[in-house]
Amino acid sequence: MANWNNLTKGFFRENPILVLLLGCCPTLATTTSAINGLSMGLATTFVLILSNMSISLLKNFIPNKVHIPCYIVVIASFVTVLQLLMQAYVPSIYETLGLFIPLIVVNCIVLGRAEAYASKNNVFDSAVDGISMGLGFAMALTILGSIREILGSGSIFGWKFIEGDAILVFVLAPGAFIAMGYLIAIMNRLLKKTK
Amino acid sequence: MAAKKDTLLNMFVALFVICVVSGGVLGLVYNATKDPIAAAEKAKKTEAIKNVLPEFKELKDINVKSAMEDVELPFHLAYDANGNFIGAAVETFTNKGFSGNISLMVGILADGTVNNISVLQHAETPGLGSKMSEPSFKDQFNNKHADSFNFNVKKDGGDVDAITAATISSRAFCDAVNRAISTFENNKGGF
Amino acid sequence: MNNYLISGSPHVHGGESTKKIMYSVIIALMPAFLFSIYYFGFNAVRVTLIAVAACVLTEWLIQKFLIKGECTIGDGSAIITGMLLAFNLPSNIPAWMIIVGSIVAIGIGKMSFGGLGNNPFNPALVGRVFMLISFPVAMTTWPAPQPLFGSQIDGFSGATLLGYVKEGLSKGVSASELTIYENIEPMIYSGSLGEIGSIAIIIGGLFLIFRKVIDWQTPVIIIATAGIIATVCWLIDPTQFVNPMIHIFGGGMMLGAFFMATDMATSPMTMKGKVVFAIGIGALTIIIRLWGAYPEGMSFAILIMNAFVPLINKVCKPTRFGNNPVKQ
Repeated sequence: MANWNNLTKGFFRENPILVLLLGCCPTLATTTSAINGLSMGLATTFVLILSNMSISLLKNFIPNKVHIPCYIVVIASFVTVLQLLMQAYVPSIYETLGLFIPLIVVNCIVLGRAEAYASKNNVFDSAVDGISMGLGFAMALTILGSIREILGSGSIFGWKFIEGDAILVFVLAPGAFIAMGYLIAIMNRLLKKTK
Repeated sequence: MAAKKDTLLNMFVALFVICVVSGGVLGLVYNATKDPIAAAEKAKKTEAIKNVLPEFKELKDINVKSAMEDVELPFHLAYDANGNFIGAAVETFTNKGFSGNISLMVGILADGTVNNISVLQHAETPGLGSKMSEPSFKDQFNNKHADSFNFNVKKDGGDVDAITAATISSRAFCDAVNRAISTFENNKGGF
Repeated sequence: MNNYLISGSPHVHGGESTKKIMYSVIIALMPAFLFSIYYFGFNAVRVTLIAVAACVLTEWLIQKFLIKGECTIGDGSAIITGMLLAFNLPSNIPAWMIIVGSIVAIGIGKMSFGGLGNNPFNPALVGRVFMLISFPVAMTTWPAPQPLFGSQIDGFSGATLLGYVKEGLSKGVSASELTIYENIEPMIYSGSLGEIGSIAIIIGGLFLIFRKVIDWQTPVIIIATAGIIATVCWLIDPTQFVNPMIHIFGGGMMLGAFFMATDMATSPMTMKGKVVFAIGIGALTIIIRLWGAYPEGMSFAILIMNAFVPLINKVCKPTRFGNNPVKQ
């Protein structure tokens, strides 16, 4: 049961984007389409799981005063590994996400989960936490990306259902803020009801 | 077991070990992915060249000084099986875009006719300037020769239909195409 | 026994109510509306009606089903938002775009913040800027006027006066050559519904000032600030900068200065604050027009200064009676 709770918390109760509001920068920047949101979400999940596991393993080895630099080095290494792998094997996705892959290093969720969870729990729980948070992040990004793609370019996962232009502002930065604001508002309302 | 004490030695060892291990892992991954990355990049470039030129057998990459300013434009010269020059794919650019530089790959046939254009990179406004990569705009350049077609937007006295409400981007696009064509014409004999 | 009711100030009711003020504004918008019908014919009526209906309906739906509060539709503020939004649009814009703009103006611009009086930004301008960014082609393609009476004015489709000037200057044509009267005459009649009739807007504005719904300082300072900067630039280099009259009477200057910058909910409370606010709008408008990417900057300028209103209110707080600061 505890494991189940640990696994589901990232989707709803502690969704990193919609409830904790962590990692908003890559969220706003990369969700111009559903597929971009999903790829960014999965990329972050990959880093999150691995960094959570390694930090949980290393937690007793790292002295308190240098724990932030140690975490950052670990996270940055995983991000660079991911970046090289994507560049080599999925160059088209790498190109669209480009700049935001290296920025996963400073994504608040990754360091935040390392600080708040992985440094206090065992490897298995930390991995579950990483999966939960990562997939919750990916879910929020995919939803946001879908909304913006449907409204902004009249398509979903690249499949166009209206000819011509839609409401362009949604693929631009202001539309990201508007869509995310309303998504958070809806989430608040849902969470209030379940309480 | 609690975290190690904050002694200088402990801190040094922890950071040192983590950095060495990370460095090692990165080195391994870098080596493993070096070739696939290079291959992917090459494939992308070849794809872009194939896109703008008719079928060719061999490629030769050279740099040619631009006709407009003191920079070099990469030319990809294409030859058929008999070694005859078919045309060149020119990587051209403009800094007159609405937001930032635009780079294009312009395929020019041996006689100076534009074969096809593909947009390599741009940061123009979505829905306006970004329409430059759509066939409705960029394909009007295809099969046109500078002798009979003025590669400028109609507002500037040329023959190009500008993108609605995006004259600046259209003008920039023409600027890049003109840079490629004039550079090609200047160096025509040398290919 | 108890003949005297004792209460704190204020003691005298001014006789004004939200409703009364709002309907004064609607009356003041009428000259400009009639003028736009004269120039654009039935299309002006179509755009205005759709915008007003969509705004009122959106507000009603949100109040009925989302907020579930008191219905304030009768106060007329949604009608004004609709009219002001319509005045910012070209006359041939498709109906669905007007509806989207209206939903955004009321839904995002006003009701998200809690309804009338709580909105930090002018709702009509939120709708307008949203539409400008979302539908750039439809929002910047201006039709030739189709007047109700008489022959068609020799209209020029495709550019407003300011757009034409910006375009010309970017091509390197000198400003003095651009503004020969024969060249700009057709452009004067092209634009959004509220852009063409500066005189009609001024008449409405004077009515509001006369009725004391708005004060005269805000519009005058906005126009003066913009005019002064434009004049200085023009005097320095008349080949690069056009005649300041074009900036004062062209574009949305009058509409913005009289009807949008004076919106009570989104402008500062004290006179000192209003002066700062108005100077900011005038300066930003002209800066965007002269050096920005867009030919017109009025709506952006007002929205930007709207964002500063809470700060301005904080700095320009009136001194409480009896709390006069002692001069050192």
